Amino acid sequence: MSDSSISQGAAITLNKLTKRYGDATAVDAIDLNAEPGEFLTLLGPSGSGKTTTLNMIAGFVDVTEGEILVDGKPVYALPPHKRNMGMVFQHYALFPHMSVGDNVAYPLRQRRLPKSERGRLVADALNKVGLANLSHRMPRQLSGGQQQRVALARAIVYSPRVLLMDEPLGALDKKLRDSLQLEIKRIHAELGTTFVYVTHDQDEALVLSDRIAVFNQGKIEQVGSAQDLYERPSTIFVAQFVGESSLFHGLAVDHGAGKGVLSSDRTLHAHRGDARTGAPAALVVRPERIRVQSIDGTAPSGNAVRGRILQEIYLGNSRKLEVELGDGSKVLVRESAGDVTANRPGDLVWLTFRAEDAVVLTSNESPDRPQAADDHVPVFASH
Amino acid sequence: MATVEALVAGPITADTVIDQAAPSKRWGRLGLLVPAGLLLIIGFIVPLVIMLWYAFTDPSVGFGNFAWYLGDAVQQRILLRTFTTAVNVTVICLLLGYPYAYAMVAAGPKLRAVLTLLVLVPFWTSLMVRTFAWVILLQDHGPIQSLLATVGLGQIPLIRTNLGVVIGMSQVLLPFFVLPLYAVMTNIDRRLILASSSLGAGPITSFFRIWLPLSLPGVGAGSLIVFISSLGFYVTPALLGSPGNSLISQQIFTQVNGLLQWGRAGTMGVVLIVITLAILAILALVIGRSTSTIKGVR
Repeated sequence: MSDSSISQGAAITLNKLTKRYGDATAVDAIDLNAEPGEFLTLLGPSGSGKTTTLNMIAGFVDVTEGEILVDGKPVYALPPHKRNMGMVFQHYALFPHMSVGDNVAYPLRQRRLPKSERGRLVADALNKVGLANLSHRMPRQLSGGQQQRVALARAIVYSPRVLLMDEPLGALDKKLRDSLQLEIKRIHAELGTTFVYVTHDQDEALVLSDRIAVFNQGKIEQVGSAQDLYERPSTIFVAQFVGESSLFHGLAVDHGAGKGVLSSDRTLHAHRGDARTGAPAALVVRPERIRVQSIDGTAPSGNAVRGRILQEIYLGNSRKLEVELGDGSKVLVRESAGDVTANRPGDLVWLTFRAEDAVVLTSNESPDRPQAADDHVPVFASH
Repeated sequence: MATVEALVAGPITADTVIDQAAPSKRWGRLGLLVPAGLLLIIGFIVPLVIMLWYAFTDPSVGFGNFAWYLGDAVQQRILLRTFTTAVNVTVICLLLGYPYAYAMVAAGPKLRAVLTLLVLVPFWTSLMVRTFAWVILLQDHGPIQSLLATVGLGQIPLIRTNLGVVIGMSQVLLPFFVLPLYAVMTNIDRRLILASSSLGAGPITSFFRIWLPLSLPGVGAGSLIVFISSLGFYVTPALLGSPGNSLISQQIFTQVNGLLQWGRAGTMGVVLIVITLAILAILALVIGRSTSTIKGVR
C-alpha cells in the first residue's frame, strides 16, 4: 500500500438500516451515505438513534435489518477488529496500564508492523495532535483534552479509511471544545479520511461538517450542509434543533407562487414550503430575519403580526426579544447590536419579515398528537 | 482562634486543620479510635506478645525452642508441606475463580444473581458442615470413589490424603478469591475492550493485553487472602487429612493440647508469622509496582 492510497477515505452507504431492541425501534430504516473523505455528522438529541447507527457501522451493535456498505462491499460478516475503522470514544477509552506511546502503538502491534516503523508512525501521529513530547507519560497524568488527543492519535495512526467519533468532545469544557474542534477539522483536511461524527451539539456540527444528518426518533429528518439545514430546513424539528426558529402556526394555504399560513387573525406569506394545502402548518422564520416596529403609525405592508414584548435578553453582540402573539404563542426576535430598536418589554409591536426569508412546513402539532419538537430545544438556548 | 487564623492565612490542607484544632477537639477525634484500639490491643497485640513470650521463655529463657524447631527435620517437612498445600490451594482457586469471576461480570443480571448466590451460599454455611460434607464425599466408598470406579479410573485415595485436604480447602476458600476479583473486574471499563477491538485486536488479544493486566490487582488480592488463610487452616486439614500428612496448624494443636509444649507451639506461631510477613512484603512490592500503573481506572 502506498501512502496516497491509504490516506484516501472510504465511501459508506447505509441501506434501510434498522435496529430494534425488542419492541423498541432505535434506528428505523435509515438511508444515508458518506462520500470518500467527507466529514459527515450525525446530529440529534439523546435517544434519537445516532450513536446506535455509529455503533452499527463500527460493528459493536448487530444490525436488525438493512445493510452497511463500505466502498460498495457489505461489512455484515466482519467483526469490529477486522473493519479497519478508527474509533474515538467520548470517555477517551485509553488503556490505563499503557503509556501514551504504547497506547498509540497498540493498533500497529495488532497489524504486526516492524518496531522501527511503529516508532516513526507513533511519533507522526502524536505530532499531528500536538503531543510529541508526552509519549512516556501514563494516561492518568494527562488532562482530559490531552487524553482525547491521544485517543485521536491512536485512532489515526494506522491510517484507517474511516474514522468514527462518538461525542469525542462531550466531556470537555467549552474553551477546550472549541480549540479541539478546529484541530479535528484540520486533521480531517490533512488525512482525507472519511469522518463520521456523532454529536448532540448543533454548533459543533455546524463548525465541523461537510454534511449533517439530523436524527429524530430513529429516523433521519434531513441531510444537508450546514447552510442547507439553517436556511432551508425541511421539517420543523430541523428548524428548531439547528439554530433557533420562530414559528407562526395556522393552516397551509396556496399563495401565488409560494405558500402561506392562515390563522384566525392574519395570513402570512412565504416563498417556499411543502406543507399540504389545508393541513396544519407553521411558517418558520429565523429570529434575526424578523424586524420589530412600534405599533404607532400605519400598519406595515407585507407580512406583519402584532405582539407584545415579554422579555429581553442582552447577549452583547445582539439582544433577543421574546414576543407573545395574539393566539398566546411565543416567538423570538434577534436584533444585532447595531440595529437595536427602542422597543421595551411590555410594548405592543409589529413583527415584520420578508416572504423570501420564510418557509411553510407541515406541523405535527395537532390536538391528538402533542408537539414534541419544542421539548428538545429550550426557547432561550443561549450561545 | 488558631483555627480562624489558619483559615485566613492561606490554603488549608487536612493536616493544617487538624494541627490547629483546639486540644479538646483533637481528643474528641482520637476518642473515636478507642473501641477499635481496644479490640486490636486485647484481641491481637496481647495474644501476640504472649505467644512471643512463650516462644522465648518456656520452658527456659533463650533460643532453645527455635534451635529445636530448626533442627527437627520432621518439622521442616511439615512447614514445606504447609506452604506447598497453600500454593496448590491458591492455584486451584485461581484456575476456578478467575473464569468464574469473569462469568459473573460477563453475565446478564439474572445469571449474575444466580452465580453470586452460588458463591455466597457456601460462604454462609458453617465450615464444619462443609468439611463433614467433604468427608462423606471423599471417603473410601463415597460417591466420588464410586464415580471414579464407574468411569474406570479405579481407586484414587482422597480422604486422609493431602489431595483431599487441597480439594476441601479450595472449596472452602474459593469465595475469598472470587469476591475481591469480581469487585476489581466490575470496575474495569468495558469500553476499553470495544476500543481494543476497534483498533484491530481480536477477542483473545484484547483479553490478554487489556482485560488480564487490569484484573491483576484482584488476582493479587484474592491470592493473598487465600494463600494466607491456607497457611493457618486447621479444621479442614484436621478432618480430611491424616496425622501422617499434617500441616503446621495441626502440629501447633498437638504441641499445645497433647504435649503441653506452649513454648514450641509459640515458636511455630512465630515462624509462621515471620514467613507470612516476608511473603506479604515481597508481594506488596510486586503488586504495588503493577497497580501503580493501573490506578486511574475508571
